Amino acid sequence: MNFASPTPKDTKGKRVGLFVTCLVDLFRPTVGFAAVKLLEDAGFELEVPRDQTCCGQPAYNSGDKDDAKALAKQVIKAFEGYDYIVAPSGSCTGMIRKHYPSLLADEPEWADRAVAVAGKTYELVSFLVDIAGIEKVSSHFTGTVTYHDSCSGLRELGIKDQPRKLLASVPGVDLKEMKDSDVCCGFGGTFSVKYPDISNAIVSKKTKTITDAGAGTLLAGDMGCLMNMAGKLKRDGSAIQVRHIAEVLADMADGPAIGEKSGR
Amino acid sequence: MEITSPDFKKNASEALADTTLQRALKNVELGFIGKRQDAVDALPEFEALRDLGRDIKTHCLKHLDVYLDEYEKKVTASGGHVHWAETAQDACEIVRDICRSVGARTMTKGKSMISEEMQLNAFLEKDGMEVTETDLGEYIIQLRGEHPSHIIAPAVHVTKEQVEADFRRAHTQLDPNRNLDDPVSLLGEARAVLREKYFAADVGITGANFLVAESGSSVIVTNEGNGDLTQTLSRVHIVLASIEKVIPTLNDLDVFLRLLARSATGQEQSVYTTISTGPRRAEDPDGPEQYHVVLLDNGRSEMLGTDFEEMLRCIRCGACINHCPVYHAVGGHSYGWVYPGPMGSVLTPSLIGVDKAGHLPNASTLCGRCESVCPMRIPLPKMLRHWREREYERHLNPTPQRWGLKGWAYFARRPRLYHQTMRFGMRLMKYLAPQTALMRRLPAAGGWTKHREFPAPEGKTFQQLWAERQASNGQTKGDAA
Amino acid sequence: MSKPHDNKAAKSAILGKIRRSLSAVGAVADPNRETARAEVLERLASKPLGIVPKRGEVGAYEKVAMFMDYAERVSSTTARIASYDELPGAIADYLRAHNLPQSIITGSDPRLAAVNWQSEPQLERKIGPSDGSDLVGVNHALGGVAETGTAVLASGPDNPTTINFLPENHIIVVHADDIAGNYESIHDRLRDLGGKAHMPRALNMITGPSRSGDIEQKIMLGAHGPRAVHVIVVG
Repeated sequence: MNFASPTPKDTKGKRVGLFVTCLVDLFRPTVGFAAVKLLEDAGFELEVPRDQTCCGQPAYNSGDKDDAKALAKQVIKAFEGYDYIVAPSGSCTGMIRKHYPSLLADEPEWADRAVAVAGKTYELVSFLVDIAGIEKVSSHFTGTVTYHDSCSGLRELGIKDQPRKLLASVPGVDLKEMKDSDVCCGFGGTFSVKYPDISNAIVSKKTKTITDAGAGTLLAGDMGCLMNMAGKLKRDGSAIQVRHIAEVLADMADGPAIGEKSGR
Repeated sequence: MEITSPDFKKNASEALADTTLQRALKNVELGFIGKRQDAVDALPEFEALRDLGRDIKTHCLKHLDVYLDEYEKKVTASGGHVHWAETAQDACEIVRDICRSVGARTMTKGKSMISEEMQLNAFLEKDGMEVTETDLGEYIIQLRGEHPSHIIAPAVHVTKEQVEADFRRAHTQLDPNRNLDDPVSLLGEARAVLREKYFAADVGITGANFLVAESGSSVIVTNEGNGDLTQTLSRVHIVLASIEKVIPTLNDLDVFLRLLARSATGQEQSVYTTISTGPRRAEDPDGPEQYHVVLLDNGRSEMLGTDFEEMLRCIRCGACINHCPVYHAVGGHSYGWVYPGPMGSVLTPSLIGVDKAGHLPNASTLCGRCESVCPMRIPLPKMLRHWREREYERHLNPTPQRWGLKGWAYFARRPRLYHQTMRFGMRLMKYLAPQTALMRRLPAAGGWTKHREFPAPEGKTFQQLWAERQASNGQTKGDAA
Repeated sequence: MSKPHDNKAAKSAILGKIRRSLSAVGAVADPNRETARAEVLERLASKPLGIVPKRGEVGAYEKVAMFMDYAERVSSTTARIASYDELPGAIADYLRAHNLPQSIITGSDPRLAAVNWQSEPQLERKIGPSDGSDLVGVNHALGGVAETGTAVLASGPDNPTTINFLPENHIIVVHADDIAGNYESIHDRLRDLGGKAHMPRALNMITGPSRSGDIEQKIMLGAHGPRAVHVIVVG
């Protein structure tokens, strides 16, 4: 696979449609606002189409092609007018970029539109680095962090260096790499509910490597993985804070971490 | 072997609770992954070789009938025999008939996964044959009455203490007070016991990693040398190969040889690559008098031209298995048939039916690590999804799952209703976990909360907050009306 | 008793299924497979070279050094001598150093037959295939491959296959001129020897001593084949 970064282009004034993702919308709006801040700081004109819900991945991965196609069309309709579509998730981005074109390949009135949307959809952090050419973000954070490479972002989109590059630009961030950061956390969408015991075995290995890294905060770029790892760490009574990387990059990491109570 | 794939969940739970097995499984992660990466890093051409390997296999599959025909001609020209078997049963009968024709009673066997698919040992033993597996791992599991739990490391689920107990139980002719603490002594004992078997065997069976059409050769790639002793010391050599093993030329073989060992064990090359062509020649002082190849279809020809055709590129290196987090957790026997891990989860439904093997394509996080290491670039996650589609179309997946999914899709396909409902839903969830921001129980997600907390939502949805912000800014941008 | 196997019928059934499956997706606009056969025959005749690692594309001197280096990395031992005259001495030295009896078995390879074995009067040399009772076997390789330190041996009376596998210690003699950069060169040599891919019954590509990782994935040497491989490069 070729993950060569495109050359940063003139991005000033380009219109970005934010694909919020359902998990961010429902569980962690903070990540959505962090994405808004990062994109606006980068000079984009940002909009949040109201007619968005879910990218269709749960249906797609469960073999329900009809619903997956319907949701793909809904996303395409809502977003095809933008210059770029950006999502704070490698997994949803992977769905749009890598799977919409094949999903709709045999529907003549949609095939080209799917390819067009796929071609301008990006995951937030890699978009900032590869497309917007951002070298550093204006944020600060004090503490040690460790970063989990979520599977879709890593293997479908080649996201590996970009988050580390931007994290390194935040004064006060001390990155302590965990072992096997590229190994799945065991979430896998409905897998975690369908095969809870296997999912638990996998996330237990993951939380051990997280704990062994000795960092105070765990970061990743996908809410599904984050909720899975946070849920396990909390069940085990761990004090490690879990956050989406956008919160740290956007200087919005002062609220409660994932699974921590508000109003402190 | 009994198919237990429908019981995957139960098998997996038992495997997770088996502390001995869990100890043994750690060796998969430790023994293969780092070595593969080092070997790959040491060969700059590796990624290009993967592309080429894929393309050669694709070419072979599109011309499979012709290559098999050409291959047969060369085997015949070199004095060998090709036997065609549509089913596993046919293949077993062919082997039995060859054995009967030479009055064979004893047989040694090198590693062959399709012999597992054929259940050959049980078939021949019923006919009165004594069959001895000679690969150390295969020998161990034969003594244990088990089946391989990994396609290249069949006894990876067994600890050395268990091997010691098996050897003491089986090798009663040896001094019961002998010391077997050291794995080297276990290896030595197996070597001595099996040496006698090679010399006594009438027939030697091996698998084939490749069949070369150019020369009519079969190729085995091994480390122990058992496959070579098996085929050199028996009067009759029988090669078991499935039809997709044929490749065009020796030059193509070299492409695969550079991929296979590196992907499998992380070796630059396996110790023994043996290219066998026909029986012993008039002037040869050793080698088998007869050379037979059994070509097995067993459903493969029907995979061509389907969504699963690409699976036929598989060269059985085991890299996908070695890198699979699910395999690491539950081991190979949980999968309930011959082929475990990602490649097994794609292949098994093709060969025994998705109605029996339906769990397998579902029991994956689709993390994609398998595809990222597959030397043949087989899109394993894509094919797992294809099986899920077949299952969904045939209503084979459990009803609660279907309804859960349908319910979600119902709302997701109606954005206005969705936003209203979710607004309410998130407020309710937040209300249920006011103190902790965590939920120990969650309706319809018991699987999740059995082992994990469920992080509660922050409260309002992003869309709600965004609408509020836009309203206070006096604008409603992006609200597609 | 089942009916006897009809091999012809089984073959046409399998090939028929393959053709049906391929044509079902329109891959075959070629019902008699004439185009397909022509493509296959062309490819078998042209034998296109795949991707040959740059690693092996070095001068003759480096090739030999690389061959010996890779052989040692896989736990073989190596020695280099100037000519066949030194072979008996090199073998005798190896046997002494490893506390082995001065006794070897070899085939009738003319290069070994031409050696003056009398230069080591203690060294006993049996000729023929091994029956498993020999501790040390000596075979002459057809060639070596630098890219992985692999020795290539052809079966036959000159170098019986049993000698490669039965004795606990295997000494492989290879001439420096026969060390190639890559596997493809060795295949070419085989084709040159006997026309179109004239293959010996067994072509053994050997990369180090026999080993197994089947007990807890820890590699141990000396599984079923030799525990030790010693490679002597001549020239």
